[in-house]
Amino acid sequence: MTGLELFWTWVAAFLTLSIYSFLYKDNVFYKIAEHLVVGVSVGYIFTINWFQGLHPYLFHPLAKSGQEPINLLRLIPFFLGLLFLLRISRKYNWLSRFTIALVMGISCGVSIPYTIEARLIEQTKASMIDFTQQPSIWAGICSAIILVGTIATLVFFFFSKEHKGVLGGTARVGIVFIMVGFGASFGYTVMARVSLLIGRLNFLINDWAKGTYHFIFG
Amino acid sequence: MNFWRFLLKMDRRIIFVLVGLAVATPLVVPLNLPVRVTEPVRRLYRAINEIPSNSKPVIISVDYDPSTVPELRPMTLAVLRHCFRRKIPVIVITMLPAGAGLARDAMETVASEFPGSSYGKDFVYMGYKPGASLVMVGIGQDFQGTYPADGFGKPSAELDILKGLHNYDDIAMVLDFTGSSIYESWIMFAYQKYGCKVGAGVTAVMASDAYPYLNTGQLVGLLGGLSGAAEYEQLINWPGNATIGMDAQSVVHILIIVLILLGNIAYFVTRKKHGAAQVAGQGQKGSS
Repeated sequence: MTGLELFWTWVAAFLTLSIYSFLYKDNVFYKIAEHLVVGVSVGYIFTINWFQGLHPYLFHPLAKSGQEPINLLRLIPFFLGLLFLLRISRKYNWLSRFTIALVMGISCGVSIPYTIEARLIEQTKASMIDFTQQPSIWAGICSAIILVGTIATLVFFFFSKEHKGVLGGTARVGIVFIMVGFGASFGYTVMARVSLLIGRLNFLINDWAKGTYHFIFG
Repeated sequence: MNFWRFLLKMDRRIIFVLVGLAVATPLVVPLNLPVRVTEPVRRLYRAINEIPSNSKPVIISVDYDPSTVPELRPMTLAVLRHCFRRKIPVIVITMLPAGAGLARDAMETVASEFPGSSYGKDFVYMGYKPGASLVMVGIGQDFQGTYPADGFGKPSAELDILKGLHNYDDIAMVLDFTGSSIYESWIMFAYQKYGCKVGAGVTAVMASDAYPYLNTGQLVGLLGGLSGAAEYEQLINWPGNATIGMDAQSVVHILIIVLILLGNIAYFVTRKKHGAAQVAGQGQKGSS
């Protein structure tokens, strides 16, 4: 580790500890780190968008439009993009709706057929069991559980009839499946949050503390 | 105040300290607990193993920002190492502006571990391009039209790895590492529209949402969170940060299970006593 790398490691360690100091109580170090994160993020994202978005795909081709006139077509999306900025004008903010409508229309047109395919049709097909095609008894049991869980959960969200009798019993089974789902999500969420802590403590112990020790004592 | 009441009124900062110690201790003194490889991870490993060496490239889409690096970077590195080791050409892209530096860093880290690999032939970095869904559709129509240059500004036509690459037909698989729902867009456009295989590595929070896609065969494999990354490291026999972190993960989970159990017991014990005291109080009022 070079001296410069060690310096930036210390900066990162200071900012990490500043953020974690909030666990004790709100303080000035936390505020500094928080504002730094916001400012640096905005600056970084703007720079990337400029150098890998706006410049190569808009301004650079426009600058070369004398040689390639077709590049002038890029003025159309550029103009539509500028309309977005009119959101800040009270008088002309309605003009931004043209761009929003265009983006919404294209997004919906592109996404809806494949969303239905991926989220509805494929999922429905997977819930249909052919018991003759199961590779093992266990696979058959799992498929049966999926079928029962899907139907019971759907019944739970059927509100056009009071949940009594068979409907009520099925809905209660649906609640069990929903709770199991919540439990799985909670377990995964704990794992995700702990992973972030592991990442930071791993950095503090192995990169910062051990790195500093090796830099000083060799 | 008895023990159970103390538990219910305990300062949450004590729990923070306990969790901190539970994470830090295994990082300093590794326990080397075993990591069992699950089927979704094995399926992704098998799918990558089935890709012939020096043939069609894979697209690795690094769609995460610094907030999810501890979970997603280890799995990105593990899969990249697997591809590099098997000499599968790799195209690294990102759909997030904040992911541009992370994608490049992951690629360069692994490339430096394989000195025989060369940029432009074995791997390439195409950088960030705005409009994720439209980029995915664009790749299906004309890859080089969508990416006229790589992330460093070099024309795509001059890169060996992209010669003869027109669309998803010339791509072996798309692998998306993400902390958002971008992997669903890859499923919709790369898989549903163009029939290209898609694998995913997602944060643990999102893993339960991704399983239905795995179950329906729309994902060839799935890595969920740090455990998924650690399992993949086991499969390629290249232990990294995920394997190191799994000891801490296991210890914290035990701690949290114990805390949940104690919290529930404390709740029921104190409620029972509180209820008994209330009944006794009402009885005294009635007799007086």
